[in-house]
Parts: sequence; structure tokens; C-alpha cells
Amino acid sequence: MSVASRQDTGFVRAALGHPAFLAGLALTALFVLAALISFLWTPFDPEKMQIAAKLQSPSAEHWFGTDHFGRDVFSMLMVGARVSIAVAFVAVGIGIGFGVPLGLYAAANRHGLIDEIVMRGNDLIFAFPSLLLAILITAVFGPGAVNAIIAIGIFNIPVFARLSRGAALSLWTREFILAARVAGKGSTRISVEHILPNLMNLLIVQGTIQFSLAVLAEAGLAYVGLGAQPPTPSWGRMLAEAQTFISLAPHMALFPGLAIVLTVLGLNLLGDGLRDLHDPRLRRSRA
Amino acid sequence: MNVSKPLAAVSAIAMAIGLAVVPAQAARTDIAVGMVLEPPNLDPTAGAAAAIDEVVYANIFQGLTRFTADGEVVPDLAKSWDISEDGLTYTFHLQDGVTFHDGSAFDAEDVKFSLDRARADESTNAQKALFAEIADVAVIDPQTVKVTLSEPNGSLLFNMAWGDAVIVAPETAETNAIQPVGTGPFRFDDWVKGDHVDLSKYADYWGEPAKLEKVTFKFIADPTAAFASVMAGDVDAFPNFPAPENLEQFKADSRFSVIVGSTEGETILAMNNKKPPLDNLKVRQAIGHAIDRQTIIDGAMFGYGTPIGTHFAPHNPAYVDLTEESAYDPALAQELLKEAGVSDLTLSLKLPPPSYARRGGEIIAAQLKEVGINAEITNLEWAQWLQEVFKDRNFDLTIVSHTEPMDIGIYARDDYYFQYGDPDFKAIMDELNDTTDPDKRTELLQQAQRKIADDAVNAYLFQLAKTGVANAKIKGLWENSPTQANDMTEVYWED
Amino acid sequence: MILYFLRRLTALLLTMFAASIVVFLVTEIIPGDPASFMMGINADPQAVAALRTELGLDQPVATRYLAWLLGMLQGDFGQSYTYKVPVSELVGDRIMVSLPLTLYALALSTLIAFPAGVISAARRNTTADFAVIGATQLGVAIPNFWFAMLLVLAFAVNLHWFSAGGFPGWDAGFLEGMKALTLPAVALALPQASILARVMRSSLLDTLDEDFVRTARAKGLTRSQTLWRHALRNALIPVLTIVGLQFSFLLAGGIIIENVFYLPGLGRLVFQAITQRDLIVVRSVIILLVFAVVAVTFLVDMAYAAADPRLRRRPR
Repeated sequence: MSVASRQDTGFVRAALGHPAFLAGLALTALFVLAALISFLWTPFDPEKMQIAAKLQSPSAEHWFGTDHFGRDVFSMLMVGARVSIAVAFVAVGIGIGFGVPLGLYAAANRHGLIDEIVMRGNDLIFAFPSLLLAILITAVFGPGAVNAIIAIGIFNIPVFARLSRGAALSLWTREFILAARVAGKGSTRISVEHILPNLMNLLIVQGTIQFSLAVLAEAGLAYVGLGAQPPTPSWGRMLAEAQTFISLAPHMALFPGLAIVLTVLGLNLLGDGLRDLHDPRLRRSRA
Repeated sequence: MNVSKPLAAVSAIAMAIGLAVVPAQAARTDIAVGMVLEPPNLDPTAGAAAAIDEVVYANIFQGLTRFTADGEVVPDLAKSWDISEDGLTYTFHLQDGVTFHDGSAFDAEDVKFSLDRARADESTNAQKALFAEIADVAVIDPQTVKVTLSEPNGSLLFNMAWGDAVIVAPETAETNAIQPVGTGPFRFDDWVKGDHVDLSKYADYWGEPAKLEKVTFKFIADPTAAFASVMAGDVDAFPNFPAPENLEQFKADSRFSVIVGSTEGETILAMNNKKPPLDNLKVRQAIGHAIDRQTIIDGAMFGYGTPIGTHFAPHNPAYVDLTEESAYDPALAQELLKEAGVSDLTLSLKLPPPSYARRGGEIIAAQLKEVGINAEITNLEWAQWLQEVFKDRNFDLTIVSHTEPMDIGIYARDDYYFQYGDPDFKAIMDELNDTTDPDKRTELLQQAQRKIADDAVNAYLFQLAKTGVANAKIKGLWENSPTQANDMTEVYWED
Repeated sequence: MILYFLRRLTALLLTMFAASIVVFLVTEIIPGDPASFMMGINADPQAVAALRTELGLDQPVATRYLAWLLGMLQGDFGQSYTYKVPVSELVGDRIMVSLPLTLYALALSTLIAFPAGVISAARRNTTADFAVIGATQLGVAIPNFWFAMLLVLAFAVNLHWFSAGGFPGWDAGFLEGMKALTLPAVALALPQASILARVMRSSLLDTLDEDFVRTARAKGLTRSQTLWRHALRNALIPVLTIVGLQFSFLLAGGIIIENVFYLPGLGRLVFQAITQRDLIVVRSVIILLVFAVVAVTFLVDMAYAAADPRLRRRPR
């Protein structure tokens, strides 16, 4: 909420002095990079089966070992990163795309019918056991990455609607908004020109947190078999498949799990770091 | 937490006493049997779930005839029968002194009631076709029942051995789903839903009494949990162990014996025969040649399973080995596709939940890719599969194991999901139904097997193996699975 | 207060009503027929039709919705298609697993989170604080089903201390039951404890900043004295809210963990019911779970309103 130029230089300096933020950035970059590289190169074809070479422990050839079909786990993880990141990104995008306009509109027309519907609708979605509803949705539409995105996206809408409504409500009482009003601007224009830019930091921070939750949710859905369909590798399904081999080939369960943990950890550190950097007052208490 | 202290103390003492009292030498008379699926209810006459039969067949409920461990049909509640010359009248003589578990006597009226109920218009018997030829059931006297057929049926005695044809009492028929009352050597005790069913020996059983006093069926769907529960001894036997990958570890452990047998499950890659380009014989043949059965058995079943070249069980004397006809030959597959004028083929491959389908499907998709066919996998739950594949026939390829015994007759059905219903094949089946001479029957069955192999109706993958594991001291478990059952009547612990 | 109460109550009822419609419609459009599922692939079409009639599936949608709604208002949740017993009986059985599991996990997470949060806040920026922060960061990042697999690998497969799954029933003894619930409870508690510890820490630090705490310190109390005497009590309000929310979350959220450990709980009941198309069970259990969440929220709101009259006028 400060002037941009001052923020930029201060931001970089502060960021360099914030190890958690840097660690988060590094981890996130690592996985995004792995996902991008996987389009061009993976050590092996992640779908190539070598039944004779199944369940091999990590070696110089297969860095993370092979799975029950003799596929290279490392290559599968790289491509799996793509799926995880894409699903989470689009799902959060849906949340922002629908949630923010709803929240802004509700705040601009406070106590209106839409406001009431938005808030009650939020209550309704929040009241549902989220995983169960996601399972129901995929039962209706069938499994697949797109339907996983929809299922996760739906739960992101109320998060962003509530967040932006709350923040917008407090902005509406501020003087610069009153000034804009006096100048004769309509409420939609004020929402877009004055309220939204001031919500950006908040949205970026919350977006990062939601991103990490979406990665976890995608892994959970894929684990129960509702994510991307084979042969497309997905971390959650790799874990589900690893389960019966846990005593024979623990590496099959270890690496996908670590990939999820590190991605989520990276995103959380990044999100927390961004919040600190944008709002130093909070740094102390939230860490 | 305070409340728990006395309880904890009591159970600790009880455990100590229990350990002290049980003499070390005596053979155990209780058994915990692991099953993958929990039955939805316990009435085999009103539900298709195999898990129902796996609990109640031969243990709680009995029919006029029954299957033995090697698939033979032998007398059960009917001790003998007379068949009329024209093959239309069966007179069953019933066992004496049979009582239901609620103490009521079993007689011919119960047989009439059960058969009439199963074939009635409003019947919800899943295998109603078993009773299709029955025209009338008449009580001659309390120990004799006469069954009249509308046309001869060489399989009636076989049909009467199915779990769907067991005899129930009119008084308890409606409540069997939750409180099954039968005539078998074990009676139903308790069902902790989601965990286990308890049976105990029925004291007034009419036949040879069971050797076990108590049988517990524990439901453990998760393969990892199944593995750990056998290892820990929580489960004494797991006749259909869900994870073949773990069997090697059991084999290496002298505490356990691994029992590998055969089932009636022909596992096939079913094709939608009416949907282009699968209506083209060459395309179906190409798919058959693109598939390497042994790799699928090794990769999906860890080596357990017998390759088949037609829809018939290899352990059946009438089986013909036709695997060569669709041997693995990717070059030939590509050739055939070219001849059929098909390129860039994309087919849907819809897979139900069992691991033979899920794992087998991934391998098949990879093999089809090698010959240029792109198989798009969708994993479905059973309910979705039944709707999309079985009912709506909205699929190209699917993998499923047909577990009913002697079910080659499904190829004669016009409306069956893979949509074959070839007139010549139907003629063979019609002739078979009218034939009683065993040699002639074998010949017709072999003709049928060849016909569906020649027409490459489906790609025939392998016969599902029965892979079980049990404590090495347990004897009398079924090795094979002629019907889906866990017959506990002969099971005992060795000293 | 009464007016506020009535308004919140109306909102609750409206939410429940809307939820019932949503749940009914979603389960209505799920592909797959319960009767065909129950009868299997060799079933006679006539027998399937007979079963549909028996289950009442051939009646119009509106009739079935009203019958379900009216039944629930009278406390009748219908009869399970597959198990053929009343849904309330099934739920009653399953809640005897899910509820203890939830309470066990909640107790564990509170037992871990409270001291961790307090130590972390009291010794801010020390090694202990950083250790807690690091652990909680890791804790929220670990998927609980993966953690559950690791627990099984370590304590069931390798050490044989616990069984890898299943629930022997409370008849087998309290200790046996608790033993079976231990690994699942630990798996469920870890992420919750991490969240709770972080909330605990930050709300403690927030209250330490407030005027009355500063006043207390000015009066000569040491930092840890103020922490124990003043800050802790005030910091508990947000913490208890989170605990309340976690309770309703865990009750339904154990679904994956219940599957991993094969526990006959509510989550697995619904999951199974969905795959078996036992729609009446799916509907009724989800409505009950929604009701649990809405009721908890309602009670929390009421408690806040009773404590702080200003909140009553604040629209949510």
C-alpha cells in the first residue's frame, strides 16, 4: 500500500535478508524449473516400462529407483511436478477469478441481495466437508485432472470472496475512496481502479498459501484415484501405487512424498515471506 | 480418562489369565480369515456381490447340490435325485434331520418356497437365469420335491449348486440380509460392520460337524494392511490375498504357506465389437497380436496367472489352448492395421478398480502404443463402469475378469456389453443346451472356443490365479476357486 | 440478543435447507444405478427392475426428495440400500470410531501444540522458537496420508508394535481399541498440531503487545509472569475457535486416514457408499456432517455474542 518505487528497492533488500523467504523461493523455483525442463528432457521416458527392471533401488542409472513397472521414478516425478503445479495454479486461478469479483461486488453493495447470497453461499461451501464434496464432484464428472481442478477451484472461490470482501469493506471507509466517490465515480469503477490495486499484496500472499493447499489437495485427490489419469504420472497416484510395495521398495513411497512436502514447504515459506516483506509489522508475530 | 483405569486393569488381568489358561499343545479351533471386500449384506439370494458367497456359501447356507473344492457338483441338501427319461422332471430326495439355525425343521416346503421365490416375477435374485427353465416345483412329501422343467437343461444340477440357489426358510427369508439363518455347519453370530463377521459351529448340524468352533471373517481392503495383518498373525488365512507382489515374502517365511490355485476368472481385454473400427476383424486381431500376455502376467500379477487364448478355463478338460492364434507379434499387428486401413487410432480404455485391470491396463496401453494405437485410460469405480461400459456401452476397450464358472454362453447374448451375438455362435450354444452326451458336449464347447478365438471377439489375457496365504498349520482350505467361496467345513489346525 | 439469535438460527436453517438440495441434486446426477451395482454384471434385467421398485428408485425426483426431507425431520434417515439397515444405525456404529479418533487426535494435537506454542512465544527468537517454527512449517507441508504410510512402515511393518489397520471394536477392550486408533490419531494430529501451535504462538505474541499486558509488565511482573497470568488466558479465545473448527474438520476429514488404516469410521462409510451408489447413506451422512459444522459455527457465534455484545450487530 506504499508508493511503488520505494517499495521495490526496499523489497529486494529486505528479501535478501530474509532466509526463510529465500529458501521458499529456491524450493519453489526448483520445482517449477523441474516441471519446465520435463517438457524438453527427462533422464528416461516416464511412461517407458521395463518389467524386467522393476522395483530397483536408487542407483547411478535410476537416481530415485524404478517403480513396479520398471519406470524411472525421477523422470516420473519431474513430469508429475507439471501436473501438480498446473492443477494447483488453475484451481487457485478459478478461486481468484470468481472469488475476487464476487467479494468486491458484495463489498460495494453491502447488505444488498448479492452480498447476502455471496455470504450465505460461502457459508454453505465452507460447511461442506471439502474432500467429500470433491469426491462427489469427481464421481459425477468422472476422474481426471480437469475435474480435480474444478473440485479444488470451487473451494477456493469462497476463500477469495471472503478475503476480498472483508478487505474491501475496510477500504470503502477510507478517505481516498470517499474522494473518488465525491468525484462522481461509480462503485464498479472505484472497485476496479482503487480497491483492487490495494488488495494485490493481500491476494498474492493468500494466493501463495492457497497454492500450497491446492498442491496438497491435488495429491490427496490423486491418491484416492481422482486426479490425472495414467499413464500421466502424478505424485499422489505414485504414492497410492507405492503403498503395497512399501516393504519391498520403500523408495517408491519416499520420493513422491518428499516432492510434495518440499513443494508445499517452499510455497508456504514463500507466502509467509511475502507477507512479512509487504507488511513488516506482522513479521514478528507470524514468522 | 479416569474411567478407563479400572477397565484397563481388568483387560490386562484378563489377558494375563487368558495367556495362562490356554494350553500350549491343543490345536486351535478358531480362525480369522481375511477378505478384501466386505459383503453389503449376507443374503446370497438377493445380491450379486461375491463377498456374500465368500462368507455364507457352504458355511451358513446350503443348496440342493454344492460345489466341492475341485469344482465337482455333489449332493448337499438333496441326498439323491431321479431324472425322468425326457430330462424334464427332477425328483429330489432330501436329507433327514436337517434344521435351520433358528431350530425350525427343514423340509420340502422350504425348497419349494426358495425356488419359487427365486424365479418369481418380482424376484431380486441376481442370477435369475439359473431358474429360467423351471416350470413348476411340487412338494410330494416332506422329504421329496419334484421340479418340472419347460425344456431339458443339462446344467440344472450345476445351477442348483450356485450360492444364489441356496435354500432359505420362509420365516427368515426377508431378514437373511442382516441375520442369515441357514442349514449349514456354522451359524451367524455377529457382524461388526466395516470390520468383521463372526460365525460359530452349529451344534445341531445334520452332517459331519465342522472341526472349527469359531470363524471370523475380517474385511481388509487395503493390500498393505492385509500384508501387515497376516504378518502380525491378526489374520490366520487370506484365501484371496490382494497383493501378489507380497507373496514372495510369505514364501520365504516358514510360518506361512502360500496356496496358489485356479479360479473361474477369465480376464479379458473386452472390445466393443459394434463400434468402428473395432467392428473390423483385422483391427481386433491386430490388438490381440499387439499384446504380450506374459509381460502382463509378470507386470500386473507378479507371475501368477495362466495365459488363455479363448474365453475358457484352462483347468477344464474341454479347454483348447489357442494362445498361438493371437501370439505376441507387434509387426503382424501393424501389418493388420495397415490392411484394415486404420492409422492414428485412438481408443478409450476404461478400467474398473481391481488391480488386474488397473495395472494390466497401464501395461496394455504401453504395448498398444508400440504398434501405434493410442489407448486413453480412464479409471472408473464399479458403479461408473457398470453404467458407462456395461449398460451404455460407451467404451472401446475395457479389462474385466469374468468370474462365473462356465460362462462362455455370454457370447451368445445379443445385448451383452461387448456386442458379439454372432448367429453361428448362438447356434452352437443352442445345440449345446439340447445335448446331454458328454463327448458331444465337449466337442461343441471346443467348437465354441475356437469360434470366438477366430473372430477375435475380445483379447483373451489370462486366467486369474487364486493366490492365498495361510498359517502353515492350517489345513483343508480350498486350493482352487470353482465358485467364490471360503468353505470352512473341512478346515482345521494341525497340532 | 434474542433477535440476533433468531437471525442466526434462520441463517442456519436456510443453510441446511440449501445444503439438502445441493446434496440431493448432486447425488441424483451421479452416473451409476444403485440397483445395477448391487446386482452385478450377470444380473437379469428383470431382477434389476424389481430391485429398483423395491428401493423406491422408480418414483419421481420431487417425491423422493420430499420423502427424504420429511423423514429426516422426523429423525428417520432412511434405510441403506446395500446394508439394508437404517442409516442411523450405521452412523451410530461408525461414530463410535470416528468420534473417539477425532477426540484422540485433537487431544494429541492440543497436547503438542500448547507447550510448543507457549515455549515458542515465551522464548521468542531463541533456538527453541526456531525449532518450533521449523517443525510446524514441516508439519503443515506433510500430507497426512503419506505420514500415515511412513508410520505404518515404521511401527507396523518393521517394528510390529501396532497393527497396520482395522479396528477390533470396543468389545475387544478399551486398550485394544485405543491401540488401533493410535497410529491414525498421530497421523491426523500432526498437521493439526502444527497449525494450532502457530496460532497459539502468534495470538500469544499479539496479546503480549496489548495495553493491559504492557501495564502488567510496567507494574513489575516478569515476562513469563505476564505470559502465564494475563496473556495466556486472552490468547486462548482464537486458539479455542481453531480447536472447535478442527473438531468438525477432523470428524469428516479423517476420510483418507480411515481408508489408509481401514477403520470403519464415518469418512470411509461415505466413501464406500459413494462407490456403491448407496445414495441414501451418502445424502444423510453428508447432511449430518454439514449440520455438525454449521452447529459448531452457530455455537461459537453465540458464545462470542454472549461475551461481546458489540458483535451482535456486526453483520458477518
